[in-house]
Amino acid sequence: MKDSLIDIKNLVKHFDISGGLLEQLAVSKGRVIRKRTVVRAVNDVSLFVNPGETLSVVGESGCGKSTLARTLLGLYPPDGGEIYYRGERIDGLTQHEMLPYRAKMQMIFQDPYASLNPRMTVQQTLEEPVVFHNPSISGSEVKDRVAGVMQQVGVDPTWVDRYPHEFSGGQRQRISIARALMVDPEFVVADEPVSALDVSVQAQILNLLMDAQEQRGLTYLFITHDLSVVRHISSRVAVMYLGRVCELAPTTNLFESPRHPYTRALLSAIPDLYDRRHKYIKLKGEVPTPIDLPPGCVFNGRCPHADGRCSREIPALVHQGSEIYVACHAVEEGRI
Amino acid sequence: MGHLLEVKDLEVKFALRMGDLTAINGVSFTLDRGERLGLVGESGAGKSVTGFAIINLISKPGYISGGSVIFDDRDLTGLTGEGMRHIRGNLISMIFQDPMMTLNPVLTIGTQMVETLQAHMNISRKDAEHIALEKLRMVQIPSPEKRLQQYPHEFSGGMRQRIVVAIALLADPALIIADEPTTALDVTIQAEIMELLLELCKSEGTGLILITHDLAVVSQVTQKIAVMYAGKIVEAGLTEDIIDNPLHPYTQGLIKALPDGRNPGTRLNQIPGVMPSLIDIPPGCSFHPRCTIRGDICRYESPALREIPGYRNMAACHMLGLKKEPTEKDRAE
Repeated sequence: MKDSLIDIKNLVKHFDISGGLLEQLAVSKGRVIRKRTVVRAVNDVSLFVNPGETLSVVGESGCGKSTLARTLLGLYPPDGGEIYYRGERIDGLTQHEMLPYRAKMQMIFQDPYASLNPRMTVQQTLEEPVVFHNPSISGSEVKDRVAGVMQQVGVDPTWVDRYPHEFSGGQRQRISIARALMVDPEFVVADEPVSALDVSVQAQILNLLMDAQEQRGLTYLFITHDLSVVRHISSRVAVMYLGRVCELAPTTNLFESPRHPYTRALLSAIPDLYDRRHKYIKLKGEVPTPIDLPPGCVFNGRCPHADGRCSREIPALVHQGSEIYVACHAVEEGRI
Repeated sequence: MGHLLEVKDLEVKFALRMGDLTAINGVSFTLDRGERLGLVGESGAGKSVTGFAIINLISKPGYISGGSVIFDDRDLTGLTGEGMRHIRGNLISMIFQDPMMTLNPVLTIGTQMVETLQAHMNISRKDAEHIALEKLRMVQIPSPEKRLQQYPHEFSGGMRQRIVVAIALLADPALIIADEPTTALDVTIQAEIMELLLELCKSEGTGLILITHDLAVVSQVTQKIAVMYAGKIVEAGLTEDIIDNPLHPYTQGLIKALPDGRNPGTRLNQIPGVMPSLIDIPPGCSFHPRCTIRGDICRYESPALREIPGYRNMAACHMLGLKKEPTEKDRAE
């Protein structure tokens, strides 16, 4: 993808949770051995994000969607793979080299109670990133920008001297969005931005995000488990399971004709307000732990279509035409 | 025979230094044997407090300041200690949101189940284990004999919640109150737990009060829905009527605010403002500052839940039923 904004190639992120040396020691067959425990959070993920689009990454807890987002932004160093921003490779850059990209790439977090510093006023919270990235900016210019952005996110600019605890959850989320917008980013990663909010407030924040995208031409990477939100706001969707992308497709295609067996099961589990008798596809077993990944396709133990090949060979994400990518042997072989 | 449960003008207050705050203000509803009711609302609506008040579990500084909870022809608000213990976990069970908080981490599942049974009936450990096994089978826990010896941390989130359901079923209660039982779980597991709960309630004839913020979940499980806002029921009716034909402007707003996949990319309908906090509930109809069809009367008179001529739903709104076709015009606005 030559003109994509973000290009991720074979990204890998593992976390070593073995602890200290003493915790790693174990006794096996009468001998003391050193055992490492590694969480394989993201395995060989390749994705691209086109400018101006909203790509949603969905999946259940522990599938690696948040880790993917954070690694992409350089908050975690990747253990393998490459990350490109407008064709420039940005993984492995030094802190200093990374600075210009950090201003272009911003993040909005899930819990506005935890992501705002309780001891900073709205003014201070919003000023900090601007002054950090443009040290030469004048005080009055900063004030104007703060007022402008607050106006845009729908928080009364006369409240700049208030502290986070004086705001409701929805307003706090508006302030976190304002903070991300302060440095004029091109690319915003939103990690479950509405999951902690009530339905009526969730609608306000989603509208705000869609408006900001339209006015500023933003590109979003949306991390969420809420599939109805995904269907509403995204142009394309990537479905993750146990650290791998199993399907990547334009939103309408994905929701109308899901191909990967996991996507099918996942979509069938969404309760539909207007279809009260609908049946969901029940999966056998449970999600394996990312510490002990099953060999072959990570989904093979639960998949109703799995055969011998699935338990040996990891399926690649294959282009099926019309921008649909599926990682499944059964789909590839035309079995389903 | 009367209703299984009849909540009448229930009022719960919290005694604080600044004065009493009213968390629940005149909530009334009934539930028949085997019936399933959804109590829906956003955070702060008072739905959980209602659930706790039913089993008399409001902790200080909260207290039930008025109304009655008639269960099986007995008023539970008057019972204390011993009398209530006979009801809780025995005739009425409760399921909470987070199974890790509900289960004791240092006791095996078996011990917890046996203890629960022995607290309610004179029964030997062996017989109690027998019942525990049977209930674990009912909630489809594989190899229950082995599982009985395990601790909560050895189970996944979905399995834990199934065990909580099994514990709730131990004494064959007549009513289960489930407070956001799947909010902490993934959608595929949510679907599993909800189907399980629904099937068990049907096969055992158990009544269910499902407390949740998620209208879509409720619509799959319950026959009736009561929508709560700021400590009151603002609309009540059959599930299909509430979902397909909501009358109260809050219910309408809530349903329209849900992204339902029909018009992707368009602006969602938003209800302006937020739910008032208990400290400053507006006078009159507590929804009026956010309401699009409010009239003068809404500012000073609180509307009662009443039948709306021509509709099956009950709603607490002054502006409904005034004109011939209220909802048509409201929608246009």
